[in-house]
Amino acid sequence: MGRLSPLELWPEVAPEWILNLPQWLEDIFYKFYKCIIFDDRYTLYFTGLRNTLILTFLALLLGIALGVVVALIRVTWDKNGAEMRGVPKVVVGFLNSVSKLYLTVIRGTPVVVQLLILYFVIFAASRNKILVGALSFGINSGAYVAEIIRSGIMSIDSGQMEAGRSLGFGYVATMRHIILPQAFKNVLPTLANEFIVLLKETAVAGYVSLQDVTYAGNIIGGNAYDYLFPLLIAAAIYLILVLFFTFLVGKLERRLRNSER
Amino acid sequence: MKKYVKVLSLVLAALLVFACLAACSNGGSTTPANTGETKPADSGSTAEPETAQPENSGGAAEAETTKPADAGFTTANAGKLTMATNAAFPPYEYIEGNKIVGIDAEICAAIAEKLGLEPQIDDMEFDSIIMAVKGGKADIGLAGMTVTPERQEEVNFTDSYATGVQVIIVTEDSAITSADDLFAEGANYTIGVQRNTTGDLYTTWDLEDEGLATIDRYSKGADAVQALKTGKVDCVVIDNEPAKNFVAEVEGLKILDTEYVEEQYAGAMSKDNEALYNAVNDALKELIADGTVQAIIEKYIPAK
Repeated sequence: MGRLSPLELWPEVAPEWILNLPQWLEDIFYKFYKCIIFDDRYTLYFTGLRNTLILTFLALLLGIALGVVVALIRVTWDKNGAEMRGVPKVVVGFLNSVSKLYLTVIRGTPVVVQLLILYFVIFAASRNKILVGALSFGINSGAYVAEIIRSGIMSIDSGQMEAGRSLGFGYVATMRHIILPQAFKNVLPTLANEFIVLLKETAVAGYVSLQDVTYAGNIIGGNAYDYLFPLLIAAAIYLILVLFFTFLVGKLERRLRNSER
Repeated sequence: MKKYVKVLSLVLAALLVFACLAACSNGGSTTPANTGETKPADSGSTAEPETAQPENSGGAAEAETTKPADAGFTTANAGKLTMATNAAFPPYEYIEGNKIVGIDAEICAAIAEKLGLEPQIDDMEFDSIIMAVKGGKADIGLAGMTVTPERQEEVNFTDSYATGVQVIIVTEDSAITSADDLFAEGANYTIGVQRNTTGDLYTTWDLEDEGLATIDRYSKGADAVQALKTGKVDCVVIDNEPAKNFVAEVEGLKILDTEYVEEQYAGAMSKDNEALYNAVNDALKELIADGTVQAIIEKYIPAK
């Protein structure tokens, strides 16, 4: 094999002062070199970071969209179902049953299993791993988001709806302009929590050979036969992403609170 | 914002301390000093293929005199020879019912018997095996593992007990008709491999690094074959014996030969447990010399 191993390259690439360090310190530098610089391994982290971010972002959008729709269906049925008549009753009732089934199945099965089913069975012929992954995580997240948003809507006093309706707003308009904005503010911390969980949950994407951050750490650890730096770096990337995300949500929360005064 | 900078620097500092601690606890040094001892083993195993094995009988006889090997070495689990493997690599190791069987499992049992130990098998991801052996969680890694220079820097390899070669699995109607198609200019096939196997390493170096292919790395060879079957990848590169098994089991697949070198399969053992390494390797030498290993291999791979 005409390929030099990191150990053979090490004396050439390492600066003199590192080679003069005590053995254990030199070992740390060597491991760092082996897991990050050798063979341009750091590029794997960037690919991983990009994929994790795309995956999380798409899943987030899908999750919110699904969550809001499902939550509205459930709330509408729970609050108004009894008074409905005719076609609307049948339609909303049917949608409500579908939503309930969705929540039961998705919240009752592990996300890894859902991902594997989606990747190997339902979209067996698809080559777009990121899209299948995003779909899987989005569908999963949607179920949790739905319940979070539903709890937010239910927490708003029914007097708000009555007030809106008595002022001439329709049901949809009251929901949109009066109920949902208040509900959103209430559930923001829980919602942020769900997004953080989602971000970290994407770590299982490696099961379908999707190259996310965890996968990058795994691959490099496996190739370098040393997991210290690869896993620490993967952990650090997630931590930094979560910190950044928490920071953004904190900002949003403060901004929403401004309207209270 | 300032607060976040503070938090970040704290986190990084914590990581550094953690790294130092972990590095200290890791007794075995990995830097150049110990290349010397691994090199001869390497040249030996590649220079003399199968025919060299009978010659080892001299060493085996010598080992026989020191045979009651009950003293002098320690194992990961007292009284047991723990083997780390990835049981998704037929016929070397695979799961039958709820038991792990195969060539490596039987070789492990034979070695354990010679040493008066009880064989025990730990099933794990292929890329965890070397780490398990290095960390003393298992005594020997037997997983149809090829001897490579990079792996030799991490572990001691026993004598080679079998050989393999990388082959390409494609669907019967595939556009790929030979290995050359993968190397052709402008080729951009998606290749399925098992993570961290030589199939992964070779295709990564020779194809992906040249921009000629995309590599999809699965944790099991069977997953890669599944992906091939459903059209997620264009071909799978894997060792010839498992390939034959997969092709026999899954309809519509065939094998293409490659020109990759013949690989030497050997057991991976810790560099920190010289006594056990010697005992196991001597036992393996004896088993190779008296034909036991050959018999086990022929049991699973009938001669053509």
